[in-house]
Amino acid sequence: MPGLKTAWKEYLEESMLPHMWCPGCGNGIALGALTRALAELKLPRHKVVVVTGIGCWGKADDYLSTNALHGTHGRALAFATGVKAARPELTVVVLMGDGDGATIGGNHLIHAARRNIDLTAVVVNNYNYGMTGGQVSATTPAGAITSTTRYGNPERDFDLCRLVEAAGANYVARGTVYHVPQLDRLIRDGIAKKGFSFIEVVSPCPTHFGRRNRLGPAVQMMKLLKERAVHVGSAAAKGGELPEGSFFIGKLAERDDPDFNTSYEKMRKKALAKGTESS
Amino acid sequence: MNEPANGSKIKDKNESTVGRGSKETRRLFLQGNEAIAEGAVAAGARFYAGYPITPSSEIAEVCSEKLLEAGGVYIQMEDELGSIAAVIGASLTGVKAFTATSGPGFSLMQENLGVAILGEVPCVVVNVQRSGPSTGLATRPAQADVMQARWGRHGDQHLIVLSPATVQECFELTVTAFNLAERFRVPVVLLADEIVAHMRENVALPDPAQIKIVNRKKPTCPPEEYLPFKPDPDGVPPLADFGSAYVFHVTSSMHGERGYSQNDPANAQAKIRRLFTKLENHLDEILLVKHHYNREEELDLLIVAFGCTVRPARAAALRAFGRKVGVLQLITLWPFPDALVAQAAARARALLVPELNMGQVGREVERVVGKAKPVFGLPKSNGEGFTPGEISARIEEVFACLG
Repeated sequence: MPGLKTAWKEYLEESMLPHMWCPGCGNGIALGALTRALAELKLPRHKVVVVTGIGCWGKADDYLSTNALHGTHGRALAFATGVKAARPELTVVVLMGDGDGATIGGNHLIHAARRNIDLTAVVVNNYNYGMTGGQVSATTPAGAITSTTRYGNPERDFDLCRLVEAAGANYVARGTVYHVPQLDRLIRDGIAKKGFSFIEVVSPCPTHFGRRNRLGPAVQMMKLLKERAVHVGSAAAKGGELPEGSFFIGKLAERDDPDFNTSYEKMRKKALAKGTESS
Repeated sequence: MNEPANGSKIKDKNESTVGRGSKETRRLFLQGNEAIAEGAVAAGARFYAGYPITPSSEIAEVCSEKLLEAGGVYIQMEDELGSIAAVIGASLTGVKAFTATSGPGFSLMQENLGVAILGEVPCVVVNVQRSGPSTGLATRPAQADVMQARWGRHGDQHLIVLSPATVQECFELTVTAFNLAERFRVPVVLLADEIVAHMRENVALPDPAQIKIVNRKKPTCPPEEYLPFKPDPDGVPPLADFGSAYVFHVTSSMHGERGYSQNDPANAQAKIRRLFTKLENHLDEILLVKHHYNREEELDLLIVAFGCTVRPARAAALRAFGRKVGVLQLITLWPFPDALVAQAAARARALLVPELNMGQVGREVERVVGKAKPVFGLPKSNGEGFTPGEISARIEEVFACLG
């Protein structure tokens, strides 16, 4: 696509660089994918609101030149719901980590999906709470070592994509920061899709999760993403059971149910007709 | 200014100049909660996000109808944390937004109310107080969230809290709450209580054209020069709308004038200080009280009351034969009207503070005038309102004590 090579920079707030993320963290790649998706959709900066929560990925708004609302831990989707319900014409992208978006904020996640409100949630899943020192989250695999599960995680993890699909989202996808061109596409398609879109981005946290679980340095963790990701629709995916530790990537679910604002507008039209009659 | 003037003019019910047959004025028999919803619509609110809780739910129910009919949005969120978050998000798009709740829900909103304070997002939160702590005597009356409204969040911050005593004031002070929120880019808490919220009275809803409406200051500079947290000389920065030509950031992190996060200590100190001074420098626009007595007279006793306690206090004052007893009604609870209380106290021998809590406002009155005048309390926290008789009995005790 001509021009795209530089257009993404328009969405980046370069004066705030260098970013605060650790060497080997996948957040920079996810940020790049987001800016490329915005550029490809040619969305004017002033019509985009990026809403973030608290956590490493939740700091991403500091590096963006769009409108932004950085709220509280777990509540980003609720802030974003207010923006979108009040101004349906805006493009609202919500950036959260697995702790923020799926653990403390799990209730807002299922309700945003149930409402099918036209938001795009980009959840970077690094399997632990990076910012606070690598504690266990709702996506930490059973048995994994974190700073608060020294003998292994006794709890099971969420499959976020299946959760969000079951809750009613119109678009559900998973990518990784290794599979970058695909990630660009998934985020782009999620933003373009009407209704609630959910993109899980599997990403390494070499500082905490990788170190504690002896997954090797950042490069080794990237290789793991390559090895463990199974493209949905591939021959391997059709073969049946996934090997232990592997996961599907690609578009996992899509439907065309009416989004919140469209359904809301129908009710409001009825109310407006009554409001006009009585005045 | 110490008589309410911001928003629609507040008068005693029997002072009202509005004629019964006036074409412009609608006279309705309303519940306090319904009057709050009417006041919000009249103030220009077009967004409500909330979660049901007694004794505030009627506000949500009325809004679910009236806001839609006015072309606005009503959304029932999954909890109170989400409700106030959605209100903040909506307000940043330029819509006047609010929520209503009661004690437990108000507790859940505190963290995000901090976002609205630091992010300087205008919004209104109605807290119809009920008995606590915790589920308490659900859903009996109380006035025990005075301190929570002021200090319920972590960190240094300031906000405005107003308290209505009649159904008419429920309407009028809701308008005032929105006006002050817009004027100062600050959340305003309307601290009602179960008695006022569920009481029904005749109210006069003025012609909308006669109601003073304040809208937030918008930027006028070129978009590329806009700094969302650069204050004007009055301490209040203009606020653009998300989606307009002005692109901007709002963050719960400490931030500089651009709205991007910033850790510089000098900047942080200046910002926190301004959150206080932008209100403290404009107390003449914020502080509202009502003197239910002749202010020229010397009083034997000044009763300081707010909310549902004003009415029994006034009845008790009328029964104090042979003694001059007056009621000072506090409408603005925060910032606390120090000077107005001190001024009134100067002409009284002693003060009495009846309240449906263990002494939250009494403590403030004591702080302001305790060194100069004896301050007596009448705390009550059993889930029931005051009767005039109870206050009368305490007045007798006070006079016996004073000799």
